[in-house]
Amino acid sequence: SIDSFGLRILVPVKRVIDYAVKPRVNKANTGVETAGVKHSLNPFDEISVEEAIRLRESGAKNQSPMKVDNILALSAGGAKCADTLRTAMAMGADRAFHVDVGDSADGGPEPLTIAKMLQGVVKSENINLVLLGKQAIDGDQGQTGQMLAGLLGWPQATQASKVEIKDADGTVEVTHEVDGGVETLRAKLPLVVTTDLRLNTPRYATLPNIMKAKKKPLEKKTLADFGVEDKRRLKTLKVTEPPARQGGGKVENVDGLIGKLKELGAL
Amino acid sequence: MLLPQARFSALRALRAARTTPSITASTSALARLLSTLAVLEQRDGKLQSSSLSAIAAAQKLGGPVTAFVAGAGVKGTSAAEAAQIKGLEKVIAVENEAYEKGLPENYAPLLVENIQKGEYTHIVAGHSAFGKSLLPRVAALLDVQQVSDITGIESEDTFVRPIYAGNAILTVQSTDAIKVLTVRGTSFQGVETTGGSASIEEGSDPNAPLQTEWVSEELAKSERPDLGTASRVVSGGRGLKNKEEFERLIVPLADTLGAAVGASRAAVDSGFVDNSLQVGQTGKNVAPQLYLCAGISGAIQHLAGMKDSKVIAAINKDPDAPIFQVADVGLVGDLFEAVPELTEKLKQ
Repeated sequence: SIDSFGLRILVPVKRVIDYAVKPRVNKANTGVETAGVKHSLNPFDEISVEEAIRLRESGAKNQSPMKVDNILALSAGGAKCADTLRTAMAMGADRAFHVDVGDSADGGPEPLTIAKMLQGVVKSENINLVLLGKQAIDGDQGQTGQMLAGLLGWPQATQASKVEIKDADGTVEVTHEVDGGVETLRAKLPLVVTTDLRLNTPRYATLPNIMKAKKKPLEKKTLADFGVEDKRRLKTLKVTEPPARQGGGKVENVDGLIGKLKELGAL
Repeated sequence: MLLPQARFSALRALRAARTTPSITASTSALARLLSTLAVLEQRDGKLQSSSLSAIAAAQKLGGPVTAFVAGAGVKGTSAAEAAQIKGLEKVIAVENEAYEKGLPENYAPLLVENIQKGEYTHIVAGHSAFGKSLLPRVAALLDVQQVSDITGIESEDTFVRPIYAGNAILTVQSTDAIKVLTVRGTSFQGVETTGGSASIEEGSDPNAPLQTEWVSEELAKSERPDLGTASRVVSGGRGLKNKEEFERLIVPLADTLGAAVGASRAAVDSGFVDNSLQVGQTGKNVAPQLYLCAGISGAIQHLAGMKDSKVIAAINKDPDAPIFQVADVGLVGDLFEAVPELTEKLKQ
C-alpha cells in the first residue's frame, strides 16, 4: 500500500478552550461559555504536529530510514479554525484542510463522524500515517484515533510516548502508556498513532515561520466532500456545574492536621 | 433471578414509550430486552480492577449481564474467577493466546462477532488503558457513537459524564441501538466477587489477523495498593524538588498510611516518579477515602483527577494555592518539615 517510499502524514487538530482557562457552564445549561474565551490548539494535537515535524527532520538528517513527503494538517470547525491551522503550518505542516462545519455550542460533530471524514481524507490524499492527540481536552472522549483505525482496518498505537521508524519498508515501533507502565508495539505502515503528553515538547512558531505559514495552501472543504453527513447520535440533555467543593479551612500545625483528619474519620 | 427484573425494566420502558409518544428515537432498542455484555480485562489469568467496575455498571443497567473474557487458557483462570461474581448470567470465554495482550486489532473483531451473536443492547468496559484503546474501535465497527468515561447511569439510554476536565457535567442520551460505554472505575464499585455460579460458555473466535506485534512491556513494580482503587492516596508535586526528596518524604508517609503513591504532572515530567502514577485529567482518576498531597498547587488538570476524594488534605507553603480551595484541611507550611513530622507522629 506504500506507493512511494515516503511518509505522507495527516495531523488532525482541534481548536479548544485554552487549557489554562476554567470553563463556565452557560446559563441555559446547554454547554459551556465559549464567546470571548481564549481558544488554542488542543495540547495533544500540538504534540502530534511536533512529532510529524520531528519525523521530517530526522529523515532529512538521515537519522530515519524514511523521509517525510508531506504533512497535511486538518481541522473541522467554524471559521476560527483557520487560525489553528495557520499555527500548525507555522510549526511546520506543509498544507491544511479546513473542514467547515460551522460553529456550534455542543462541541461540533461527534468522534464517529470525524473518524468517517478522516477515513475519506486518508483515501483521497493517500495518507500512510495519521498522528492524532489521544483526547481533546473539551469533550475528553478519547475515541477518534481508535475509530479511524477501526474504519480503515489499520493497526493503531494509542497514547504514544515514543515513535520510531525502524526500516524503509515502513516498520514502526511505538512505545505507549498503559496502566502501570509502558508497552512497546511493532506494526507496519499504514498506521494510526495517538499521542500522549510525554512524546515530545512542541516548539513555538517563530515570527518568520508565522509569516511563511500565511502563504501555505489552506483549502476549504465540507463534510460532504468526503461523503459524510453531520449525524448526531448523542443528545445533550443538560450540562451542569459539578457539585461545588468547599475547602474546610486551614490548621496551624501537624497536630492540627492529624486532629482534623481524625475528626473527619479519615484516620 | 435476573430475568424477571429485566422483563420488568423492559415493560416499564415500553409503558413509558406508550404513554409519552414524543419518545420515539429509541423505541427499537426498547423493544428488545435489555441485555448487557461486560468486557473483562485480564492479565496473566487474573481479572483486573477495571473488570469489576464494568460489571458494577452493567448490573446498574438492570438487565441480565453476560461477561466476556479472552486470552491464553482463561477458562481455568480469569473466566473461573468471573463465574464466582454474584449476579452474572454467564461468562463467555475465548481461549486463544492471540488475545492475551488485549490488542485491539484482533480483539475488536472478536468482540464484534460475539456482540452480534449475543444480540446485546449494551456493551460496557472499564475506562482503563485496555478499554480506552479497544472500545472506540469496536464502536466504529458497529457504527455506534461510544459514550466514554461515564460516572452515572440515569436510565438505559441516558448517561452522565464529566467534560472539560471535570469542570462541567454532561447528561447525554444515546439514540444508537447498541450502547457502547466505558465507565469510570471510581464511580462504579461494590461487586460481590463470591457467591455466584455463572456458567462458562465457549465464545466464537473469528481468528482475525493481528496486525501489531507485541514487543515488550515495562511495568513499575510496587508492593503498595493500586493507585486507581486504593482507599488512601499520598501524592507529591513539584514542591518536592527532586526524585530523592520525593522518595525520602512521600514514600514513607504513604507506607505509614498503607496508601498508594500518586503525583502531579509536574512531578512526573521532572522525573520524580513513573508516568503511571500521574493523577489528573490525562492520568489516573482517583476517589479514595483520603487524598493527602504535599507540594501540589492544584491546577485544573490535577483537580480533575482527585476532587471526588472523600477527604482531601493538603500541605503547601503558598497560602493562595488553589489546592486549598478544595482541601478539607490545609496546612500552610514547609513540606520538608511538615511531612517527616507527620510521618513520625502517625507511626506512634
